[in-house]
Order: sequence, then C-alpha cells, then structure tokens
Amino acid sequence: MKTDAIIIGGGPVGLFAVFELGLVDINAHVIDILDRPGGQCTELYPEKPIYDIPGLTVVTGQELTDKLLDQIKPFGAEFHFNQRVETLDRLDGGFRITTDAGTVIEAKVVVIAAGGGSFTPKRPPLSRIEAYEGKSVFYSVRKMENFRGRDVLIVGGGDSALDWTLNLQPVAKSITLLHRRAEFRAAPASVQKMLTLVESGDVSFKLGQVTELHGEDGQLRSVTVKGPDGATFEQPTEIMMPFFGLTMKLGPVADWGLELHENLIPVDTEKFETSEKGIFAIGDINTYPGKLKLILSGFHEAALMAQQAYHYVYPDKKLVFQYTTSSTSLQKKLGVK
Amino acid sequence: MARITYILHDGTERVVEAEPGMTVMEAAVKNSVPGIAAECGGACACATCHVYVDEAWREATGSPEQMEEDMLDFAFDVRSESRLSCQIKVTDALDGLVVRIPEKQI
Repeated sequence: MKTDAIIIGGGPVGLFAVFELGLVDINAHVIDILDRPGGQCTELYPEKPIYDIPGLTVVTGQELTDKLLDQIKPFGAEFHFNQRVETLDRLDGGFRITTDAGTVIEAKVVVIAAGGGSFTPKRPPLSRIEAYEGKSVFYSVRKMENFRGRDVLIVGGGDSALDWTLNLQPVAKSITLLHRRAEFRAAPASVQKMLTLVESGDVSFKLGQVTELHGEDGQLRSVTVKGPDGATFEQPTEIMMPFFGLTMKLGPVADWGLELHENLIPVDTEKFETSEKGIFAIGDINTYPGKLKLILSGFHEAALMAQQAYHYVYPDKKLVFQYTTSSTSLQKKLGVK
Repeated sequence: MARITYILHDGTERVVEAEPGMTVMEAAVKNSVPGIAAECGGACACATCHVYVDEAWREATGSPEQMEEDMLDFAFDVRSESRLSCQIKVTDALDGLVVRIPEKQI
C-alpha cells in the first residue's frame, strides 16, 4: 500500500491531523492498536466531560471523537485498527512501516500521534511472571488451538475475562475463572452465559486473588490464591490468563532511532518535526519547552505539522495559506461548495 | 486544610496539607508523594492510585461507589480497605487521614 502520510495513533490529535493534512491535499492512513478511533478519549473516559476544547463548553470523550470523525469524513482517510506499528524503515524519499498484523504501508511522511504510547495489557506484579509469559501466561489469544486440551485459569471479571472464558470453554480441558468478588463488570449476556456454564459444571468459578506462581522453565504448574477470607489455597493449572485492563507503553517507537527524552519525542515548535526529517510527533507524545499535554495543543501542532509535511509530499509546489471561511478550493475539499 | 499521612510501602511517612475539594490522589501528586501513579489523571479509569485506608478512617471516607468498585478489579492485592484515592474527596472532617500505599500500582 502507498499513501502520502501515515498517522500512528487514532486519538483526537491523530484524527485532527487527517483534517489538517487533508486541507493541503495530503492523503493519510491511520493506524491504531485499539479496535476503534478515539484513543484515550474513548478507551479511558468516553463518558467523562471535557471542558477545555475551544468553542465546546462541555463535550465527552466519545462525543469529541464522533465530532472529529464527522469533521474528517470528506478526506476519506483509511483506518487500520487492532494493530501496532512494529518497524519503521527509511526508503529513498519516504518511509515504510510494518504492523504486527502484517500490514505494510509506504508513505512520504510519518506522523507519530501516539499519545501516552500504545495500550498494552497490564502485567500483575507477581514474582517471576516474565519467565512464564508467552509460554504459559498469556494476555491474549492468538490461536485458540494452543489452548486445546489444556487446563486454563482465567483471572479477572471484566469483558475480556468473560469473553475468553466463554470462547475457550469448548476447546480447553478445563476452565477456572478466578475473580476477587462475585460481581462482574461485563456484558450481562456474557455473565449469564458464564453462570450457566458454572451451574452445569463446565466452568469452575473461584473467589480470590493470585499471590504466587509455581512452575519451572516457563511452564506453570499451579498458583497460590488468597481467598476472600484471607486463607490461601493452591490452584493447579497449565495456563494462566490475567485480565487487569490496559496500560500505556511507548513500545516499538523507542527502537526507531529517534531522539527521545524521558520516553517523549523532542520536536521543534515550528514544524513539530522529530530529530529526523519527514517524521513528525504531535500531541501528548512530543515534548518541547513549555509543552502542555492538552488536546488543544495537539490540534495546533497538527496544523503546523501539515504545513511542513506539504513540502515533502509536494516538493515542487508552493503552499499558499488559505482560510476555510473564504477559500473556495478549501470549501470544495470539505464538500460544502 | 486537612493533614493527610501517606505511609509508603517501605514504612516511610509523608504528611501533606490538602485543601478541601481536592482528592486524596491530587494531594499526593501535587506533593510528589511516590507510589501514586494516577495514569488517567483522576477519571476513575485506571486503578493506579490504589490506597489502603487506615482502619480508623474507614467510616469517615465511606465506601466505594459502583464505578470505583469495578475499577478496583484492575488493581493488585485488593483488600476490604482498598480505595482509589482519586475518588476520596478531601474535607475538613478528613483532617488526620492516614492511607497506606501498596507495593505496586499496576
């Protein structure tokens, strides 16, 4: 696939970058690890009111995302969800990115709008858990077959924990669901299905929290569980899947050879370009003297970034600055003329 | 003003003066008390400002609402005295409050 600009991150700033780039005839592809646009706005606080978006007295994270999607609709950006950009290669006159889902895109400029980084599953702070990860401790299911005939312990009480309890139950030898309380913060239909499986004896449900892992060479044998009464018991299992929500990690961006400062990407305040020409960083992920991590700052950064990006995408053309209020050509692009 | 004592996991005590209306999380972050991550900035959306409320203060701080109780599912080593400090509003009645910070926020 080839395009003009790759935007890494589909949060509010990444979305508005589509708009600013679109105004100057730059097509964009947006890549995000989540399954929908909005970034932190929709993942962390969809219902939470935001009061400092200029012109909008109050707007929720979800509403702002919906409004931005509406605003960028005329530019037809292509979205690639559920994937994380792993590698960034330099080409003659551009870049090539590859995602963990195998998507390969070439573009003239790259815009990193990755916020606090990519959302990754939280790792419970259990001693030596790293040694088991990928062998007998998993945070996601890539291939259901790997769970066939195994004893699986699922920890948590949210949608992910319940979805995988239901999905793996027909495949696994046994499923034990472990949660700290008998209430579940998940879709009522999933909870009902799970309870039915518990009643029929197809799923075992236990109350408690894991305190220790036991096994060798990355292979789990059992875990120690502290029950609600404080007493502990051993739970034998071959596989554990902890679901404690998501946290943000910088991820592979750190390995792309860009200058970093305390996990942020330094940029200039004229073009918001990184230490490498053609690679920009806007929004919460960048840093410069006086930086404020506000959505509105990211919007401003997107506008200035687009001006410079134009020179890379159209090296022979001169960019004439225009207002959307008066320019017929901009209004045509927006589909209002 | 309310004086809040944060007992860190290693036993160190940090006492801060908090203004009524702030949250126990904000008072900690503003005074650089270590061990309170508050990744989401107080939206009750991350469980990284987990604290244990001292026995004597359980009643005064109240019990978690549904949203907070749900979010505590994402914390580690949750106990009956567990709270998310972004959901405890400082009032004059909480002058002297003591909370313990867990070993790790996840």
